[in-house]
Amino acid sequence: MPAMTRGPEALLVLEDGTALRGRSFGAPGEAFGEAVFNTGMSGYQEVLTDPSYAGQVVTMTAPHQGNYGVNREDPESPRIQVSGFAVREASHRASSWRADRTLPEELADAGVVAIEGIDTRRLTLRLRTAGAMRCAISTDDLDPRSLAERTRTHPGMEGADLARHVSTKEPYEAAALVGPATPDRRPILRVAAYDFGIKRNILRRLAAHGIEATVYPAQTPAAEVLAGDYDGVFLSNGPGDPAATTYGIESAGALLGKVPVFGICLGHQLMARALGLSTYKLKFGHRGANQPVLNTDTGRVEITSHNHGFAVDPSASTSARPAHVESGFGPVTLTHWNLNDETLEGLRCNDIPAFSVQYHPEAAPGPHDASYLFDRFRALMEAHA
Amino acid sequence: MPRRDDIESILVIGSGPIVIGQACEFDYSGTQGCKALRAEGYRVVLVNSNPATIMTDPEFAHATYIEPLTPESIAAIVEKERPDALLPTLGGQTALNATVALAEAGVLDRFGVRLIGAGIDAIRRAEDRRQFAATMRGAGLALPASGFAHSLDEATAVAREIGFPVIVRPSFVLGGGGSGLAATEDELKAVAGRGLAESPISEILVEQSVAGWKEFELEVMRDGADNAVVICSIENVDPMGVHTGDSITVAPQQTLTDREYQRMRDAALACIRAVGVDTGGSNIQFAVNPRDGRQVVIEMNPRVSRSSALASKATGFPIAKIAALLAVGYRLDEIRNDITGETLAAFEPTLDYVVVKIPRFAFEKFPQADPRLTTVMKSVGEVMAVGRTFTEALGKAVRSLERPDLEAPAGDPALDALGTATERRVLDVEALLGAGNSVDEVAAASAIDPWFVDQIALVADTAEALRGKDLGDLTAEDLLEAKRRGLSDVRIARLTGSNADRVRARRAELGVEAVFKTVDTCAGEFEARTPYYYSTYEEESEVRPAARPRIVILGAGPNRIGQGIEFDYACVHAAFALRDAGYETVMVNCNPETVSTDYDTSDRLYFEPLAAEDVLAVCRAERPEGVIVQLGGQTPLKLAHTLEGEGFAVLGTSPASIDLAEDRGKFATLLRSLGIPAPPHGEAASVDEARRIADEIGYPVLVRPSYVLGGRAMEIVYGPDELEGFVRTAAAAGPDHPVLIDRFLEGAIEIDVDAVSDGRETFVGAVMEHIEEAGVHSGDSTCVIPPPTLSEDDMDRAEEIARALAAALGVRGLLNVQMAVKDERVWVLEANPRSSRTVPFVSKVTGVPLAKVAALVMAGRTLAELRAGGLVPPREVYRTLAHTAVKAAVLPFGRFPGQDTVLGPEMKSTGEVMGIDERLGPAMAKALTAVGAGLPSGGTAFVSVANRDKRAIVFPAKRLAELGFTVLATRGTAAVLARAGVRVTPVRKRSEGGRDIVDLIRAGRVDIVINTPFGRGPRTDGSEIRTAAAAAGIPCVTTLPGALAALQGIEAIRDGLPAPRPLQEYQAPPPPPEQLRLMEPEPEPARAAGEAR
Ligand SMILES: Nc1ncnc2c1ncn2[C@@H]1O[C@H](COP(=O)(O)OP(=O)(O)O)[C@@H](O)[C@H]1O
Ligand SMILES: Nc1ncnc2c1ncn2[C@@H]1O[C@H](COP(=O)(O)OP(=O)(O)O)[C@@H](O)[C@H]1O
Ligand SMILES: [Mg+2]
Ligand SMILES: [Mg+2]
Repeated sequence: MPAMTRGPEALLVLEDGTALRGRSFGAPGEAFGEAVFNTGMSGYQEVLTDPSYAGQVVTMTAPHQGNYGVNREDPESPRIQVSGFAVREASHRASSWRADRTLPEELADAGVVAIEGIDTRRLTLRLRTAGAMRCAISTDDLDPRSLAERTRTHPGMEGADLARHVSTKEPYEAAALVGPATPDRRPILRVAAYDFGIKRNILRRLAAHGIEATVYPAQTPAAEVLAGDYDGVFLSNGPGDPAATTYGIESAGALLGKVPVFGICLGHQLMARALGLSTYKLKFGHRGANQPVLNTDTGRVEITSHNHGFAVDPSASTSARPAHVESGFGPVTLTHWNLNDETLEGLRCNDIPAFSVQYHPEAAPGPHDASYLFDRFRALMEAHA
Repeated sequence: MPRRDDIESILVIGSGPIVIGQACEFDYSGTQGCKALRAEGYRVVLVNSNPATIMTDPEFAHATYIEPLTPESIAAIVEKERPDALLPTLGGQTALNATVALAEAGVLDRFGVRLIGAGIDAIRRAEDRRQFAATMRGAGLALPASGFAHSLDEATAVAREIGFPVIVRPSFVLGGGGSGLAATEDELKAVAGRGLAESPISEILVEQSVAGWKEFELEVMRDGADNAVVICSIENVDPMGVHTGDSITVAPQQTLTDREYQRMRDAALACIRAVGVDTGGSNIQFAVNPRDGRQVVIEMNPRVSRSSALASKATGFPIAKIAALLAVGYRLDEIRNDITGETLAAFEPTLDYVVVKIPRFAFEKFPQADPRLTTVMKSVGEVMAVGRTFTEALGKAVRSLERPDLEAPAGDPALDALGTATERRVLDVEALLGAGNSVDEVAAASAIDPWFVDQIALVADTAEALRGKDLGDLTAEDLLEAKRRGLSDVRIARLTGSNADRVRARRAELGVEAVFKTVDTCAGEFEARTPYYYSTYEEESEVRPAARPRIVILGAGPNRIGQGIEFDYACVHAAFALRDAGYETVMVNCNPETVSTDYDTSDRLYFEPLAAEDVLAVCRAERPEGVIVQLGGQTPLKLAHTLEGEGFAVLGTSPASIDLAEDRGKFATLLRSLGIPAPPHGEAASVDEARRIADEIGYPVLVRPSYVLGGRAMEIVYGPDELEGFVRTAAAAGPDHPVLIDRFLEGAIEIDVDAVSDGRETFVGAVMEHIEEAGVHSGDSTCVIPPPTLSEDDMDRAEEIARALAAALGVRGLLNVQMAVKDERVWVLEANPRSSRTVPFVSKVTGVPLAKVAALVMAGRTLAELRAGGLVPPREVYRTLAHTAVKAAVLPFGRFPGQDTVLGPEMKSTGEVMGIDERLGPAMAKALTAVGAGLPSGGTAFVSVANRDKRAIVFPAKRLAELGFTVLATRGTAAVLARAGVRVTPVRKRSEGGRDIVDLIRAGRVDIVINTPFGRGPRTDGSEIRTAAAAAGIPCVTTLPGALAALQGIEAIRDGLPAPRPLQEYQAPPPPPEQLRLMEPEPEPARAAGEAR
């Protein structure tokens, strides 16, 4: 048999005992985390390096991964963030003029445990029907029973506060990472960006809209940011349970009404909680690049990039798609809805300059349909300058 | 936006006959579209000249016109029907071009017909390469450097500016017609000349060649609220320079990073918006430079297309149906996704499998044609396969082709040869990798992306690891690896010196068996309601238990010459009839263009190769009451024995009976015992034996090899020398491959009979008379119902023979018999215990749905029961029809320059059309117009016939002269005509030098050619004349009966064609569906079917 496709044996188990045998194509060892599936057909490098996947074992539903290798431009953070990676077939050759090396090389060097050759559709269907579960991949313990048992001793995602672990330790200027804000959009605006696990492309999109960002650690007190006299504050995406990310909720609450705020993903959930709305865990979340979101302002449908396991509860309202909810900061318009499952995807405060979306207008990976939200952020700041 | 109420009736234009570049994908699209519009309550008016389509079944439209797709003919329909709107985007290039012509002629304005889907400006912006380039540049999208030319000089000037190599691409042409690469000025002259001739507006684009770049297609949909989504990305394995229709393609794209893919997606959405397609689907092609990622737009098709059919099958997203709904006002987020039932059409499908399409070619039919793959599309069909990985899907696609010669690498190809694409190229890639060349070397030589080459290297490695091993020594893991890499059981058997049955048994023993997964549009995120499955070697199977008894229908596989849409038609009818009768129908097929592979044609769809291993796996998963093998042509028939051997019931005619009809020796004995005359015949294993047999039988003889492998198959031979040549070269006869020799019945009238039998009685659908004499393959000849010249006695005798054969063969289901009438006798040429090419034609013309009847008979109904239910008329109706229908064949000679266009016993046509009228003349004229060889009403006729035809040509030539034609003739023919008092002008043959007839044809000075062949071979005068006629697009009649028929057509045209009438008026109304549903399956259909045998 061709040696190159055959790594050492590896085993993936779910906490319910589901076991899939395959071959290792990353580092040897064991990985534990919440098993989630992503249905995007391209963009594995962005997924692997997205800090929102911290603490998760990711399986891609698309069978071939690694085809175009890994390159220097596409990481969304300085390192691989997933705890483990599970695929049907990994490519051991990188085919792209931009590729630096192969995916298996990258994973092995990063010490990330990865398994290939498994029936990822079976895994996906199990997660869809039974809901998100704890999971392990091991190259050491190939006994499903013992591995499953140990899996069950690990903590789950509910109640997990992970943002502060993936956040920057020190504030820094985005320009150092993604270059200066484009001078095409004037005036250049200054924004404080809370890093709960921020993706690099958010910084690029801000810069492309003439917005200069200073990135702050997740636990930075609001007062410190307010003292910087920024045109606006951005609340980033990130991993974990929003309810457990209490510092983020507090900061959001202290900032709302004082400065224009834009939140994405975890940032949206934190802002919603600060407004007094609640959040809940979805059965298996949304992860992929094909989710239809209706923008109730325009009546148009956007195809959007998603990565979230929690969602904002549009309150006790009984109507299917309530237009508004009340909050401690006045009425809130519910602006975006997921057409697949009618979950809330975005909101806007009526009385104060703040809005947020659950999905990823910065894409990377995924379509650019929602890129206009960065324009909207700019417009909001200009209006409140 | 809800449904539009400002329109009530909608005209849909179909795509006409199957031609290279436009196949049955438009039947699939059109059928979906018509169904959707009908269900929305619109009055649907349909025009399509192709009778073998499901869409032209009367129940899919309110008024169905089987009429030529010329602007004049459609204008007459518009005038009569006064539709409120025209949906031009479902019928391919044909419908778009017809729409533009109708708009330009002012017909749409005059009758207040609105275009829905795409407006005329959008069509022009997309189809006119000049406007397209301007539009794209305006939208900020890059294209290769280019300029436009209307003459050779202009073309040269543009090319000099851009720099060679360049590609020439005409506007408004389909399937890459008239396009080509030119590396030098000389080459440019040839290519540009062809391009200018092909373009209806004599305009070509001369463009920088990006041959060797990666080629991609995106399928995009947009609704009236400007929501736009990408349904599918497709990547070509063969790089730019090979037409996408001829390329091996993969969905989804595999080698672009998300960043590049999203850039392409942005460009595609910008493109559809800039072109201004209001609603519906578009196909947008891109090229990407593999060295730096530069992207350019190649073209866009503002309509459903071959690729959109593929994308629909690949994703489960019914593009044509949604396009139709969007055209009448719905938005994407107002339409449900049928597959999940819970989500909406506003999303982008995501795949957790890989789809591979491979084109199927027919070069063996056109030995003089250039087999290199270029920008001009040459394939006649395609297969699609689904697997969890590329290698698995590739292997399945390869075995779906039914080309034993293309199943495994062979020979010792040279690395340099990879630069030229051929149908063998992927196999050569594998061979070279197997022989030790590196992935990089092979990728560089072929310009195929290294990722694909690397994947093929995995296949090569897997095969090498098995080579020479003993099957018994292979472990489960070895076999699993081989199956996951797409190796067929046949290939594993060959590598291990075993046979496929033993490989299958060994797999079963080790538990290495295929499971089935679902195509669900969403990669498992939502539950799928629609059981659309593919096999794969994985852990978990998703086949759902069934509530009702199941019947498996095996489809016909890829379109090819000789087995096309007509067989799919029969399979689809069976699915409809059996579903109505209470069965769960299970379709197995691998042709993405078809209606049969639409997910809602049958209850369960398996997108699988029609190879034994795959079909058996389906049967094991489904445990059906029985399997129908007689509707998909020769393909499933071959599986009858294997199925029976594995314990699955073959419904209808038994495998033993099928054998009896297919085995020439046994069949001849049967005919003899029934006292039915057949041409004397024999089999020869050597030249000497062949001579002896031919002497015995008497010349001319018809010879064919018993075993054909990519060569010419059948020929009429007039003497011993010719015979020797054939036996030595073409047939390579030997003891294993004898040559079959039949007495050739010269000057015989050929007839076709389609009948259905329940084992007790036989109903004859029709006896059809061919216009051309026997010797022109039945698939290529023009054929008429009711028979215009046969006597009642002949028809009685033909029916009698069909009944006798049905009884003797134990036919349950369909039977097709080909016969010839000569010397006051009816001879049998062959009998096929299966559906035939003519079943749709007969069904349309007579209104009796033969395939439905046959399916119900196979499920145990009797003809008497079906007659009581109204499905079968009390007695045969074909003789007493109040109308006449002509079926004419469409030939692909235009695609294969240099190929002689003469008709013979070897089938060459790709498709067919029908003309229908009360009288033969108009029906004939319409059929020929629909073929594209529109008859002239006056002008110049050129006549040149073989000696044997000289006497008989006098009357038609005289009549032409009387009708005012200028008659030209070559010397010999002219002399005979002059002697008979016909005014005739002699012209030179090419071999006589000077300004000759070929020059006149090329100069457009001739309007019709009548030329019967004498002498064979590509370089004869006749061949050049016919080739020139084909190139000039004028009718070229190659038989005497054809000339007489053409004459009737010409007379009809001069008299003025009668107003078109819809099929619904010609046909007796079909029985209402309630009546079908009344016939519940019998309590134990399994046993009933078993007992029946
Ligand atoms: N500029 C070019 N350089 C090289 N090949 C080209 C170029 N443009 C088109 N082709 C090739 O020609 C094929 C047919 O061209 P296209 O415009 O798509 O014609 P069609 O309308 O028949 O689809 C393409 O699939 C591609 O492989
Ligand atoms: N003995 C014969 N005499 C005259 N023509 C024949 C004879 N046998 C076959 N043909 C011609 O050759 C054609 C093809 O032969 P057939 O046996 O039907 O082959 P296929 O299996 O391809 O349909 C027929 O349609 C008929 O026109
Ligand atoms: Mg094209
Ligand atoms: Mg035949």
